[in-house]
Amino acid sequence: MNAADFVSSLPIAELATVLSPGSLILEDEELRPYECDGLTAYRQMPRAVALPETEEQVVAILKICHRHGVPVVARGAGTGLSGGATPAPGSLVLSLAKFSRILAIDPEARVARVQPGVRNLAISEAAAPYGLYYAPDPSSQLACTIGGNVAENSGGVHCLKYGLTVHNVLKLRVALCDGTVVEIGSEALDAPGYDVLALMIGSEGMLGIVLEATVRLMPKPVTAQVVMASFDDLVAAGQAVADIIAAGIIPAGLEMMDKPATHAVEAFLQAGYDLNAEAILLAESDGTPEEVDEEIAAICAVMEKAGARQLRVSHSEAERLKFWAGRKAAFPAVGRLSPDYLCMDGTIPRKHLAFVLARIAELSKQYGLACANVFHAGDGNLHPLIMFDANAPGELARALEFGARILELSVEVGGTITGEHGVGIEKIAQMCVQFSRAELETFQAIKTAFDAQGLLNPGKALPTPRRCSEYRLTGSAR
Amino acid sequence: MSDLAQEFAARIRTAETPLVIRAGGSKDFYGNPSTGERLDVSGHVGVLAYEPSELVITARAGTKLAEIEAVLAEKGQCLPFEPPRFSPATTLGGMVAAGLSGPRRVSAGSVRDHVLGVKLLDGQGRELSFGGQVMKNVAGFDVSRLLAGSLGTLGVLLEVSLKVMPRPATEASLRFELGQADALKRLAEWQRQPLPIAASCWCDGVLSIRLAGAHKAVEAACRKMGGEAFWADDFWQDLRDQRLPFFGASTLWRLSLPAAAPVIDLAGQWLIEWGGALRWLITEAPAQAVRAQAAALGGHATLFRGPETLKRQVGVFSPLSEPLMRLHQRLKAAFDPKGLFNPGRLYPEL
Ligand SMILES: Cc1cc2nc3c(=O)[nH]c(=O)nc-3n(C[C@H](O)[C@H](O)[C@H](O)COP(=O)(O)OP(=O)(O)OC[C@H]3O[C@@H](n4cnc5c(N)ncnc54)[C@H](O)[C@@H]3O)c2cc1C
Repeated sequence: MNAADFVSSLPIAELATVLSPGSLILEDEELRPYECDGLTAYRQMPRAVALPETEEQVVAILKICHRHGVPVVARGAGTGLSGGATPAPGSLVLSLAKFSRILAIDPEARVARVQPGVRNLAISEAAAPYGLYYAPDPSSQLACTIGGNVAENSGGVHCLKYGLTVHNVLKLRVALCDGTVVEIGSEALDAPGYDVLALMIGSEGMLGIVLEATVRLMPKPVTAQVVMASFDDLVAAGQAVADIIAAGIIPAGLEMMDKPATHAVEAFLQAGYDLNAEAILLAESDGTPEEVDEEIAAICAVMEKAGARQLRVSHSEAERLKFWAGRKAAFPAVGRLSPDYLCMDGTIPRKHLAFVLARIAELSKQYGLACANVFHAGDGNLHPLIMFDANAPGELARALEFGARILELSVEVGGTITGEHGVGIEKIAQMCVQFSRAELETFQAIKTAFDAQGLLNPGKALPTPRRCSEYRLTGSAR
Repeated sequence: MSDLAQEFAARIRTAETPLVIRAGGSKDFYGNPSTGERLDVSGHVGVLAYEPSELVITARAGTKLAEIEAVLAEKGQCLPFEPPRFSPATTLGGMVAAGLSGPRRVSAGSVRDHVLGVKLLDGQGRELSFGGQVMKNVAGFDVSRLLAGSLGTLGVLLEVSLKVMPRPATEASLRFELGQADALKRLAEWQRQPLPIAASCWCDGVLSIRLAGAHKAVEAACRKMGGEAFWADDFWQDLRDQRLPFFGASTLWRLSLPAAAPVIDLAGQWLIEWGGALRWLITEAPAQAVRAQAAALGGHATLFRGPETLKRQVGVFSPLSEPLMRLHQRLKAAFDPKGLFNPGRLYPEL
């Protein structure tokens, strides 16, 4: 369906009857904060924003919108980096911000049942008194919501060992586009029928609205230590990562930063990173003190052999957090260096890391834009941060082109255009590179199975065949 | 190595009757009865790519699990979810289609958790690829994982990429004489602690625990937990492949429950795995009673093995809610609009 088809009419009066006063935003000034998510390069004002408080209200809103053919864009904290929560023209934004209650923590079953607007970190905080925590830890975990995490299948620095959102959500309560509520998954370890849970996780708000999530909690590791290693070249650092894994070690976290990234971070918060290193590796071990001792020694041995020229092991919790602080603040640190930045998100087979980074350096020269790289090295998820100034004529367009080339490069080496941030509107054109026409038709058929009218988050993730033909012809991202 | 994809695609495109997909036949007993012309996919074999340091293996779906596990073992790696091998003929495709995991599932995750990518033929005979050979991939809907456990009703699997893991450095097994209620209580306590418990099995008044992990961690856990150490590799393999005498029963229920579920009031013999989350039951109790108990506790009950008449009467899998069944039907139609593949094997409606 064409976005323009939706602009018809928003049934404001009808919506107002199901919402409490003040929960339907219509004024431009108040709508402004909803015009984009973390990808600020794309903006679109919504027609209205609804802030329901109860499941009944969500169901009623969906029924009204379904009846009138009004598109609905779910929104959590708006920290998404692919434009997933950016409003469609003429759409109603459905904010889940008021669904911020933790409904139950069951230490016996090691599960938490939470509303979709609960912040990622709030779950671990609530579970802490029982010695438990929620493992996936996106760097945005202070702000981002579990509803958004489910929609994007978010990861974090610990997902090599503990998995992504899809490995840690047991059950969802979901409202379909017509307001029908279904329960998907189960508190048991599996559920009968198709794995609709896997389909819903990472579906970018296009298949249903998450009303409740039941997540798995893990016992907090007794202790954790991190090794920080410096390398003189990226190839050696990449080889160290492969060697660690080939040695049978799965670190709790395994992250790499290149020189521009460490310099950005040091300028921001003085985490003590080696500024002469071409690459820094952070490898964490967690578990019982015995386990951690054994693993840290093994990791250090592999790193040394791979040519690390400096190794530092954290000896206190404070020091461990300090080592991590730089990595976790990499995006904002780059954000301070440059007026604007684009965060890319391809995943590549690790063996191609050196090749990909060299190509990115060439592209950086070609487009005349600086680029820092942070890398979930353990699982091959690369975040090049392209720096630009949106106020300088032509720079945004150049940055977008540069980004598109990186995505194509990821596909070319056998990887994917997005590891954890989602397709949204940002990477919709590159879906045509990664998938064939028949594969895209299958995605569309799945979408139609859930949402025949295409009302939930239209214009995201799934390119139209026409768009793909144009992209293939012109090679242009937009 | 042989590539039969074109041949299968031609069969699908010209099919006038439903196709029953079969590879090693090790799971013929599993699922609802399904009839149609046989599509034998066991010849589509070969490991296509294996990079130990990438933790990924890709193979054609007809490849025997035994071959894959041997290739992994050479590099000190494994399929940590320990899929059951009901016979030496068990294949990779059958493993994914059935979606069954073994003893270590509780600590290492399931088949579905380890599926990274698939290539399949849909109901129009089109070759489609989803996911890939990388561990993190959110481009498009997660079709690869949707196929795990779909019992061949959505398409013919051609290739699968799996995440693999290093074999644990050390393993040890402990035994405790405990009644069912005490065993469940003990398991719940242990699982709240960061102990390297890889698997558990309670049967006949004996709780067996398998520890796996770093050498020092396993040692420390042995000291802390007590019990009687036993050499048990055979035991865990027999549990995995269901060769223990318990599994000889002709009618066997599989109850998947929240781990913290209490002792269930149904007469019969029990074997409990996954820290309480998987309970096998041999019982005379009617299906309705078994299903009602499982549902009341937030789980579901599968008639894992049973006579065909009983399967037809009560269905192998717990019924789905009406809106969820409608979604299933529409998903089935999205992949297989003519209803060619394994009709009825998962649910009569599919
Ligand atoms: C500084 C920074 C660091 C980040 N680090 C990471 C990281 O380490 N790992 C990572 O994976 N991501 C990271 N992100 C990206 C982002 O935080 C995640 O994608 C997050 O999951 C988005 O959550 P949100 O609540 O902000 O969702 P939004 O941005 O509000 O929405 C994201 C998508 O979810 C949908 N949605 C939201 N709520 C619901 C619901 N209840 N039901 C259905 N659909 C819904 C929206 O429609 C949209 O498509 C980072 C972002 C920033 C700004």
